Amino acid sequence: MASGTFTPVRKWLLLPTWVTIGFFLLLPILLVVVYSFLTKEFRGGVDWTFSLDAYDQFMFDRGLFGDEAPSIEWTYITIFFRSIVQALIATLFCLIIGFPTAYFIATRPASSRSIWVFLITVPYWVNLLIRTVSMKFLIRDNGPMNQGLMALGLIDTPIHLINTNIAVQLGLFYSYLPFMVLPIYASVERYNFALSEAAADLYASRWTILREVLIPSVKPGIIAGCILVFVPSLGAFLAPDLLGGAKTFMIGSLIEEQFKGTAGNWPFGAACAVILLTLVLMALTLYARAQSKERAQEQRAG
Amino acid sequence: MPDAAVSIRGVKKNFGSFVAIRELSFEIRDNEFFTLLGPSGCGKTTLLRLIAGFESTTDGEIFLYGEEIEKLPPDKRPINTVFQSYALFPHMTVAENIGFGLRMLGWNATDINNRVEQMITTVKLDEFSHRKPAQLSGGQQQRVALARAMAPQPRVLLLDEPLSALDLKLRQQMRAELKALQKETGITFIFVTHDQEEALTMSDRIAVMSAGELQQLGTATQIYEEPANRFVANFIGETNLIDATIHSVNGQQVVCELPGGFLLDARIDNSTAVNTGAQGAVSIRPERLSIVAPDTSQQPTNHQGDHSLLNATLIDTTYLGTDTIYSLKLTEDHNLSVRVQNNNALGSKAIGDTVTVCVEAAQFLAQ
Repeated sequence: MASGTFTPVRKWLLLPTWVTIGFFLLLPILLVVVYSFLTKEFRGGVDWTFSLDAYDQFMFDRGLFGDEAPSIEWTYITIFFRSIVQALIATLFCLIIGFPTAYFIATRPASSRSIWVFLITVPYWVNLLIRTVSMKFLIRDNGPMNQGLMALGLIDTPIHLINTNIAVQLGLFYSYLPFMVLPIYASVERYNFALSEAAADLYASRWTILREVLIPSVKPGIIAGCILVFVPSLGAFLAPDLLGGAKTFMIGSLIEEQFKGTAGNWPFGAACAVILLTLVLMALTLYARAQSKERAQEQRAG
Repeated sequence: MPDAAVSIRGVKKNFGSFVAIRELSFEIRDNEFFTLLGPSGCGKTTLLRLIAGFESTTDGEIFLYGEEIEKLPPDKRPINTVFQSYALFPHMTVAENIGFGLRMLGWNATDINNRVEQMITTVKLDEFSHRKPAQLSGGQQQRVALARAMAPQPRVLLLDEPLSALDLKLRQQMRAELKALQKETGITFIFVTHDQEEALTMSDRIAVMSAGELQQLGTATQIYEEPANRFVANFIGETNLIDATIHSVNGQQVVCELPGGFLLDARIDNSTAVNTGAQGAVSIRPERLSIVAPDTSQQPTNHQGDHSLLNATLIDTTYLGTDTIYSLKLTEDHNLSVRVQNNNALGSKAIGDTVTVCVEAAQFLAQ
């Protein structure tokens, strides 16, 4: 029909998008996948010979000289597991703080909402590295936070946070909170508050309204926020690097190290990135499948 | 003698500096189809929200069957609401929506199922109980909203312009159904609308509101036939409002003088006291005027008084099928609109002809 006439034009108009996606997204991913199957060059870089060494190194321990019987290598699996747990906790904290924040902003008068949204984004005008370093100075043993608490007499000795999981957690939370607030805000702003009134009118308590009416209605925003916080938290390296120590090592730092300077191992770094990408994609696919199943059930019911 | 269903006593409501309700006091009777009628911004929806508990009064008290409810939150008031936007829960099925209130009240699953089934049958949605609201038409959503609000058997049902989103045909059909449902269940309905036709056809009593104040409270006939003031006369139906001065008073019958020196019999509201010389207006409905032959002095038999004839010049006619509207010029500044059924042969009237009109009923309005 009429739209058919425009199809060729539309195809050409989409060309810049396809070029951008191909050049800046697909090609780099392809390169990373290819590099993960190459042999490492000792001063960094790769030797173009096919090899599974990178994946082998991730999974198996063959002793210092590589001549022992392979046993499972737990070092990297532990780092991955720790990263997933850290990212999940960061997501949970962002949700607990982000949801009420988003609700608060969305329930302000329309004229002042944009100011609140602006205030949320203000810290992000400063580079993430600088913000993370500032956080380090704030929370270190003789930093303003501890000195202030001691001056107030609330504590006698400084609270030791630097190089702990809590410090990393704080860094992740601080870095990614707006990614939780903004999509939830967008959802709550579109929420029809008459639904809350209707529920109250039908004898629902405030808690029940939140659980049974508000949260189900803004679920897409909550899920978008969780994905937007979880995924970058999983691969974060600034917060664990600057605020954490050896015991808080995360995937992002592991990958970063492999590409930094001349000591790195490019194929191994690439293999870690591929494994991380696979895990994230699997989680998102499972979620998308669950969603479409739910939708299919609804349609069958209807 | 049962208490009034809802008693509004000196209720005021301000939003910041904006006065939504100036002061209201009236009673809504048990088992009554009561309508709050007025233009948008008159405070009718605000009053409904005060009764439901979504807003709290600035001053005054609201009683429900003799019990003050001002301090109760909405979930503690045995009142349910049908919202203008329906406000159906989008993630729940029709049955879950209707059962929501019952579940909140702690009914057991069997009772909920029975009641939901009964409500679904009442609103004729039997085949749709497992659908989500988005899969229903506007009329069906409206029925779900009605069933959901009525399922917990509230003592008072509030309806906030529930028909305004429906098309004309469906709206007319729903009017009859709502009225029947109210009779059948005996629940007190408080219905908010800006549509006077809706109000006139459905209500036992109507409260006409404007600018946060009650203008008149009465039956459909009372507010149409005996409007209390210019606002009500103008807002309800079509009318001719003509400046008038009281010439003589005899109880509720007055003779007033119209521009051009005509004398006309009119009635006054029994609450209005007027003296000779008082200024005001007469309201004459276009269908209570008729055109008589200018050469006959014979008056229609249904008129009782002595002063009922006016002379005017025909300036325009509008043919409406069943009726014709004649626009007449009474004086330079005053026109009259006359609505005549097309079944009686009036003979052809030409623009510019002088005609004699007979006034069957007129109401003198002091304000």
